[in-house]
Amino acid sequence: MDIEWINEILYMHELASEHAEIGNHVLAIIHWFVAALTIFWTGFLVVILWKFRRKKHPSARYHGITSHFSTHLEVGVVIVEVVLLLGFAYPLWAKRADIENMPKGENVVKLRAVGEQFRWTFHYAGADKMLGITNNRLITGGSNGIGLDKNDPNSLDDFVSVNELVVPIGRPVIIQVTSKDVIHGLAIVPFFSQQDAIPGTEIPMWFVPSKVGEWDIVCAQLCGASHAQMVASVVVMEQKEYDEWHAAQNPMLPKE
Amino acid sequence: MSADAHEHHDPPFWKKYIFSTDHKVIGLQYGFVALTFLAIGFFLMMVMRWSIAFPDRAVPMLSDFPWFQAWLDDEGKVTGELYNMFGAMHGTIMVFLGVVPLAFGAFGNYVTPLQIGAPDMAFPRLNMASFWSFLIGGIVMLASFFLPSGAAKVGWTNYSPLATTTDLHFGDLFWTGQTLWLVGMVFLISSSLLGAVNFITTIINLRCRGMTWMRMPFFVWAMLVTGFLLLLAFPPLEVAAIMQLMDRMAGTSFFVPTGLNVNGAEFIAAGGGSPLLYQHLFWFLGHPEVYVLVLPAIAIVGEIIPCNTRKPLWGYKTMVYAVMVLGFLSFIVWAHHMYMTGMGPAISTFFQTTTVLISVPSVILITSILISMWGGSIRFTIPMLFATAFIPMFGFGGLTGLPLAFSLPDLHLHDTYYVIGHFHYVVAPGTIFGLFAGIYHWYPKHTGRQMNTMLGHLHFWPSLLFMNGIFLPMMLQGMAGFHRRAFDGGKAYEEISAQIFMGDGVIARAFQSLLGRTDEVLATMGRVTAEGAADHSIYLIDLNIVTSTSAWLLAVFQAPFIINIFWSAFSGKKIKNDNPWDATTLEWSTPTPPPHGNFIEEPVAYRDPYEYSVPGADTDFTPQFEPDAGDEVEETPNLTPEETVEGE
Repeated sequence: MDIEWINEILYMHELASEHAEIGNHVLAIIHWFVAALTIFWTGFLVVILWKFRRKKHPSARYHGITSHFSTHLEVGVVIVEVVLLLGFAYPLWAKRADIENMPKGENVVKLRAVGEQFRWTFHYAGADKMLGITNNRLITGGSNGIGLDKNDPNSLDDFVSVNELVVPIGRPVIIQVTSKDVIHGLAIVPFFSQQDAIPGTEIPMWFVPSKVGEWDIVCAQLCGASHAQMVASVVVMEQKEYDEWHAAQNPMLPKE
Repeated sequence: MSADAHEHHDPPFWKKYIFSTDHKVIGLQYGFVALTFLAIGFFLMMVMRWSIAFPDRAVPMLSDFPWFQAWLDDEGKVTGELYNMFGAMHGTIMVFLGVVPLAFGAFGNYVTPLQIGAPDMAFPRLNMASFWSFLIGGIVMLASFFLPSGAAKVGWTNYSPLATTTDLHFGDLFWTGQTLWLVGMVFLISSSLLGAVNFITTIINLRCRGMTWMRMPFFVWAMLVTGFLLLLAFPPLEVAAIMQLMDRMAGTSFFVPTGLNVNGAEFIAAGGGSPLLYQHLFWFLGHPEVYVLVLPAIAIVGEIIPCNTRKPLWGYKTMVYAVMVLGFLSFIVWAHHMYMTGMGPAISTFFQTTTVLISVPSVILITSILISMWGGSIRFTIPMLFATAFIPMFGFGGLTGLPLAFSLPDLHLHDTYYVIGHFHYVVAPGTIFGLFAGIYHWYPKHTGRQMNTMLGHLHFWPSLLFMNGIFLPMMLQGMAGFHRRAFDGGKAYEEISAQIFMGDGVIARAFQSLLGRTDEVLATMGRVTAEGAADHSIYLIDLNIVTSTSAWLLAVFQAPFIINIFWSAFSGKKIKNDNPWDATTLEWSTPTPPPHGNFIEEPVAYRDPYEYSVPGADTDFTPQFEPDAGDEVEETPNLTPEETVEGE
């Protein structure tokens, strides 16, 4: 049986991205470790409380135990933790967060996610696959909500999708996460992914969707009165479907 | 101790009980105010739990109160604003006005000087100033509820830029909850700083003869380390609070980046600031603060366990070193609260390592306490019950921190209910049980009466049950991806909240019938399977009801405690002597209650603090203050504690 069942009985959410599998695996290892220590300590405590209650053990011993039990326990805990750090935590995080080592090339879908009170705007590149320059000072109410610079030729075919993140299955997706006003958090639970959207910065997150479907996107950082209702959704499509969807979108900037 | 001439006059009431410089009175003042704030913080949480469990229903009773009428919506339901306000103030009140003042202010003040044989704190007036600064901070926080803007609404962390952009439409920016929160914090932090300086000086300088470092009770060690944590960790937050105040009031941009666009309009600010800087300053305080909350509780448990197992604390020296290492490490783990802020591999390697390292001294402390009990003769007094329950509860809270220590699992668990469950296990059934244990333990010291045992049981057992009823479901919801701070309890996220995780099994059926959901009820809720039968499976959003109900029942079962505190002061069982628990530390050598100046004769510490069941002794406890038959008491009152040890 897979070791991940410990997460399943703890109601782990369904997973739908490639790195979610290894993430879930690591989480399961840690949970087994936690479970082992919890059971061991609780069992030890129960034995003590039963064995040394006053009725049964009326006079205490002055000298404590002299075994090296606690040292062994401590060393054991340290060894497991070192293995977790060196074997999983460092290398796997480097894969997620090292900007130099993020996927490159034609196959990568690059887009931006712009948070605001209380919605997400996903900024896609058009047919040229190049995202145009944006600047918050260029934001105008309805027509240019992300501040696209119309002087940049790359901007002209860019389009946005409000509260709906559409991605193709099996291809790396890199999202530059940012915010217009306050800190939000782009949390895509089935993808084992989240990233704070911090105004003034653009921080990349990436994943490879591995399952077709539709799920909710949660705002993970308190962003104001309607924080709870800042709901968006993620839709994972087959490549063909995605291409059709992509081709059907209208550029954001009006043609001049 | 030279008797002060003033001692012989009975000071007027206001000087004795209100503007007092006596550490015991100040300790009691801290205690009562902190318990009141704990109750207020609990009340805020109960309203929030209603909104989470029943977002579609009006809150019962509250709409009769004018203040609530302004904040509930037309149908009497909790609004997002009210929820955020209560959420922010629940955290602020519980941490800064409840637990820290009770743990450090009340127990620290009352017990520390007694345990080291000092007549008072080193700076009694500073001590008084500390309490009054705390009280002013608390009143400012409470007063902010009654402003047109209400109290602060941005979480207890008060992150910029939301803290700076909230409630700007109120004319006078100073009189908004956000601003007063910062003002209140400045008072609270100043209070802690004054307290910290006082504790450190007192413990270093005012130990009585014979009270060498390694004869200090573990409680005093923990207070010393806590003092250093407060001294070093709070100034950065005070600075951050003042900088944020400037951002709000004086047009600076310490934490406001260039080009914000708020509500569709450009936010006028100088710009160039960094929201991340605020987070670093906040968590540089925030993480040591966790240990400020936890260490006093471990310390109280460390006093109660030897006393009730009639056995010395096992590994006393190791525990002392562990607590020092813990204090040091707590300063270099703060950014594990910030893994999701775009942290690269190098920095996260550092913080993952330190975070994992800090588990080592924590494991040492818990294991030492457990091993201390092995071979004891355990008497299950009420303080012992709470102290015993503290161990697995705090342990579980600590262990569930492990997945969060690593940045990869944090991708899934960050800001979910898993985190809420984790830190509440540490602080609620952990620290607060430790504090309850302390109240039951030292109550006779001041009142000369025991707290009622029956009421104690009625307080302890339901509290243990319902604490777990509150926080265990949170761990599951967190695994399922429920994020925190949603006033509708995740209702807006149907996908996540309505997922079916468990089949039509026995547990699910029992669970549904527990909630009174017959097949008919489920059908009216739209819970039917594809075949048309009633669907009994668990929807994780339903666990909100379990949690909330547990919270309200927990509140009900605090009543025995409150009654006990007042009733026992007049009608509790009188203690037979000044040392009702047959304990060994110096505080039990004073009269009951301890007079001004504490000790009748100059106290001397003759031995280690936990000499229980010494082989060959007449009784199963040999107090620190009891001279051996052959001991000659040296008549040299000016010796320092260290010099005495050489003389032996």
